[in-house]
Amino acid sequence: MSLVGAAVKRKEDPNLLVGRGRFVDDIKLPGALFMTFVRSTEAHARIVSIDTNEATAMPGVVGIYTIDDFADLPTIPGLPPEVAPLHRPVLAKGTVRFVGDPVAVVVAEDRYQAADAAEAVFIEYEPLPVLASIDSSLAAMADPEGTRIYPDLQTNALPIFPEEPPAPELLNAPMRLSQTFINNRCSAVPIEPLAVVADWAPSGLTVHATFQAPHHLRNQLTSFFGIPQHECRVIAPDVGGGFGSKICFYPEFFLAPAISRKLGRPIKAAQTRSEAMLHMHHGRAQRNDVEVGFDASGKVLALRVHTYQDVGGYPDPTGMGLGVLTSWMSCGVYAIPVAQTALTNVITNTTPVAAYRGAGRPEASFLIERTIDMIADELGLDPAAVRYTNFIQADQFPYPAATNPEAVFYDSGNYPAALDELKRMMGYDALLAEQTARNADPSQPLMGIGLSCWLEIAGFGPNGSLEGFGHLGSWESAQIRIQPDGTAIVSAGTSPHGQGNATAFAQIAGDAMGIDFDSIHVRFGDTETQQQGIGTMGSRAIAVCGDAIKKASVQIRERAVQIAAHLLEAAPEDIEVSAEGFAVRGTPAVTKSWADVATAAFQPLQLPEGLGAGTLDATVFNEVPNFSFPSGAYGCIVGIDRVTGDVDIERYVVVDDCGTVINPLLAEGQVHGGVAQGISQALYEHFTYDENGQPQTSTLVDYLVPAASDLPAYESGRIVTPTPVNSLGAKGIGESGAVGAPPAVVNAVVDALSGFGVRHMDMPCTPEKVWQAMGQPTGSN
Amino acid sequence: MTEVNISVNGAHTTAEVAPRTLLVHYLREELGLTGTHVGCDTSNCGACTVHLDGEAVKSCTVLAVQADGFAVTTIEGLQPAEGMDYHPVQQGFHECHGLQCGYCTPGMVMACVALLDENPHPTEIEIRTSLEGNLCRCTGYQMIVDSVLWAAEHAPAK
Amino acid sequence: MIPSAFDYIRADSAEAAIGALTEHGDEAKLLAGGHSLVPLMKLRLASPSVIIDIGRLSDLSYVRDVGDHIAIGAMTRHREVEHSELLAAQVPILAHAASHVGDPQVRNRGTIGGSLAHGDGASDLPAVVLALGGTMIVQGPDGTRSIAASEFFQGFLETALEPDELLTEIQVPKVPDAGWSYQKFNRRAMDWAIVGAAVVHGGGHTGIGLVNMSTIPVRATAVEEALAGGASIADASALADVGTEPSSDLHGSSEYRRHLAKVLVRRGLEAC
Repeated sequence: MSLVGAAVKRKEDPNLLVGRGRFVDDIKLPGALFMTFVRSTEAHARIVSIDTNEATAMPGVVGIYTIDDFADLPTIPGLPPEVAPLHRPVLAKGTVRFVGDPVAVVVAEDRYQAADAAEAVFIEYEPLPVLASIDSSLAAMADPEGTRIYPDLQTNALPIFPEEPPAPELLNAPMRLSQTFINNRCSAVPIEPLAVVADWAPSGLTVHATFQAPHHLRNQLTSFFGIPQHECRVIAPDVGGGFGSKICFYPEFFLAPAISRKLGRPIKAAQTRSEAMLHMHHGRAQRNDVEVGFDASGKVLALRVHTYQDVGGYPDPTGMGLGVLTSWMSCGVYAIPVAQTALTNVITNTTPVAAYRGAGRPEASFLIERTIDMIADELGLDPAAVRYTNFIQADQFPYPAATNPEAVFYDSGNYPAALDELKRMMGYDALLAEQTARNADPSQPLMGIGLSCWLEIAGFGPNGSLEGFGHLGSWESAQIRIQPDGTAIVSAGTSPHGQGNATAFAQIAGDAMGIDFDSIHVRFGDTETQQQGIGTMGSRAIAVCGDAIKKASVQIRERAVQIAAHLLEAAPEDIEVSAEGFAVRGTPAVTKSWADVATAAFQPLQLPEGLGAGTLDATVFNEVPNFSFPSGAYGCIVGIDRVTGDVDIERYVVVDDCGTVINPLLAEGQVHGGVAQGISQALYEHFTYDENGQPQTSTLVDYLVPAASDLPAYESGRIVTPTPVNSLGAKGIGESGAVGAPPAVVNAVVDALSGFGVRHMDMPCTPEKVWQAMGQPTGSN
Repeated sequence: MTEVNISVNGAHTTAEVAPRTLLVHYLREELGLTGTHVGCDTSNCGACTVHLDGEAVKSCTVLAVQADGFAVTTIEGLQPAEGMDYHPVQQGFHECHGLQCGYCTPGMVMACVALLDENPHPTEIEIRTSLEGNLCRCTGYQMIVDSVLWAAEHAPAK
Repeated sequence: MIPSAFDYIRADSAEAAIGALTEHGDEAKLLAGGHSLVPLMKLRLASPSVIIDIGRLSDLSYVRDVGDHIAIGAMTRHREVEHSELLAAQVPILAHAASHVGDPQVRNRGTIGGSLAHGDGASDLPAVVLALGGTMIVQGPDGTRSIAASEFFQGFLETALEPDELLTEIQVPKVPDAGWSYQKFNRRAMDWAIVGAAVVHGGGHTGIGLVNMSTIPVRATAVEEALAGGASIADASALADVGTEPSSDLHGSSEYRRHLAKVLVRRGLEAC
């Protein structure tokens, strides 16, 4: 039976289930000190003075440092030299730019003492005008004397794609509408906050970090400190969720090693949640100004989008690229002949914004899926019908996207089929009838039906696609070493944090080599023992690294067959491989086991000519020719309390197309998690600031991460259109739920409220917002 | 400093601790039982859930001195059921893919064990309601619910 | 996060706790279950220099039938209140509301006395005890006194307890024949109520307590009076926000809270 496609239980579970996982804060090195930050309480201010006297004298305090103590260190890497004024120092230098900006570091014997001392460091600030939103930052630009968050840069707005005049196709369209969408700022909130342990010993630097790409960190650390790469080992042990927030470079990744070098002792930093909410980069935080031209049939003729990305107080290289993905994907699954996209990155006095599950694509799917619903509403058409009218058809692939026909080619898909399947699962026509009846009955909650035919760009990627985000390459690596007993060690270049890659990769390798699943061990996350890899982000682990593993497996199998043929005195083409071993076709009784063949691989006297000792060892650096484009259709049914505005998700139906599924259990888990985050963005989560840049949602009391009691069960379906981009046909699935879910929920809410003339609602759709949209009804039914 | 004597997973432990020491730090730092995690500082996430005299508590909101003289069970102290590799709840999580990154898992499992101790055959809604104090950011919860249902079905009768 | 350092006193009797309170005055805080205090201490919103642990005063953990009322020891945990058969029969709203406090782990540790003595207008149980017209029994150096619930809550996290007094018992009248409903409106199940309404109506008792409609738990007296005067539920509940001062915050504007109070009171009354 094939392993690929089977719901195999995870290899990762045994340690994690019994409390034997190894997360960074679990690592206790002898002599380790604890470091914590003193953070800015101001959103924008000049630092007048830093008084560390009282804190320095406190019990257990080993040292307190400011930027002056690290004058020899460069800035945090990632941004290109042309934006030098934006390069972030390891601690605030002269100016603080968001609440939570680290100003000083306290190092103490333990975290209790560090917390006490941090509280006793007194910083005097001279407040500067605060620009805590895209709008206020742009408004300041209108005034030549207005505040510039980076005076040396002379601007708060960084145009990436300039705005063009509206195309004739838009101006001449029979009908037009426009809408500004605000994509609410979210925090990724991996349940494990950021943590790092650095140990700079005479032999070199070892760093354990909660990170999604250990080689990436290793390479940047070594250039940062000017040390050779072989003297730096970065380990990402068990990582407690990432969702993009652990692909960014944070100050402690550089300061912990610097202080370890200074003090000659290991240094641990482990954030509290309240710190992490301010410090770990946020996601979304976009404004999308959309204009669309269409005809009376609902056919979209032209789309024009200007995306404003809030990049926060210290622009991050990933954050600077989010809007590029939004721009590319703005047409979604629709054949829109003319698309014009503009992008402006806007600096604000807020926590930096970077990747969060979906990273630029949820914003795109939100703006286009909401726009399609608005067209349907305008024309009085069924939203499903408008989608069918505009779909790219299954025979149109590869399809060049109008947003960037040189770079963006949709690989494969069948968007009408996904919607067909969704409608079937939902019982769509019956729902429409039910809705009419229910909404006419004041004793029942208002019913809304929302669709989302989403598309994302994944499987990063073709050469050049990740380099722009500061990565070494866009390929991914795999190495397989067969041990003398016939078991296999698979080294993956990606480094997971919950995705179950050890399981999925073993399934791929097991099938491709013909080795039993239990005889395959997959490892990753350690730059000392792994070949150079890139990392886990952009839904690429299966599509790019899984493909590398398959290719390496094929090489192993070919050589193993040659060895078996030699041992069995047969021709390689007559060898049959199974989990039991190798046999000659026609004489199945005569076999060699994997152990026989693997042992022979280390004994040159047993090897055929042309093969040497250690031949069952293959390394593949896999380049893929294109991105993959997972897609799907989601349906959401909401019930709205007509008096309080409370939104209840009654059903959530999923049709997903990630191409070939390696493990349905894992795939479903990824979809569920992404959908949960998407629903949550639509209904619960919003990281907010007041006008002074003071964060209002910096604990999990106020930032509403939902629990099991707050989310629905999901009804899951699937269609499969394999991608031609890799040998597996798999498209990637890590981000799809978060990309597709928000518009499904909001479309349902707006649908329910259409009787009140509601055309759009920005997320999250809070009860009060819905109540206001209904015209503040009184009464209690 | 105050002396505490706490039975942890059946073994007697003792130490001099500062009164402000949180139980979770006693377990993790003093005893090296790092299976219990910390995910927030406002008693919302439940990653630190352990059993204190058989009841689920958030060990980040209990001082070690409050646990003095009592018995604590952590994820490391769960015992396999007969014929299973693990405690039925852990087994359920394995069977039904109830965990991804695994960080919330120890607290989630301990909350689920307490739930089944009180209500051996919960409905899906009862499970969701009972887990209102535990956050998971990976699974979207459905497979956690499935895991508890599995455990309820397969747990040996008491 | 981590609490500031403090001196720790473990009280082995109510008298010892009161003695320690007398000695340390404002510097000291009582620690019952710790689920109101410890979170504040971790965020360093509270940094008492002395903690008096009353968590082991098990003689203050009980639910007793005392004639026309039920007496609940201050150290009775929410979970015990939730599962008390006596309360389920005689004061079901209190048992039910206890099941809505926080989450199961919080209910296993938190105590009714701690919740009431904390005096948070956003907590569930103070409004319920207020609706029931309960009485607090407090003990100080000079003996015990009783304080009506309506007199107990005085300001933001401020009660009628003197610094050297300990809340020892909560008394609530038996209302086995009254209709009741606890309406809690929030976004996540684990959260404090945006607004809540504890409604007891019928069987000779009418009381309505509101959660999070002022800095302290308040009674919807205008509604109670209107009902007594024969007003319809619809008309009476429209007065639910009279005299309240709801705040505007992230989770709801004061205008919305006023609206919710009316809705929840009406729904509560209709469910009675």
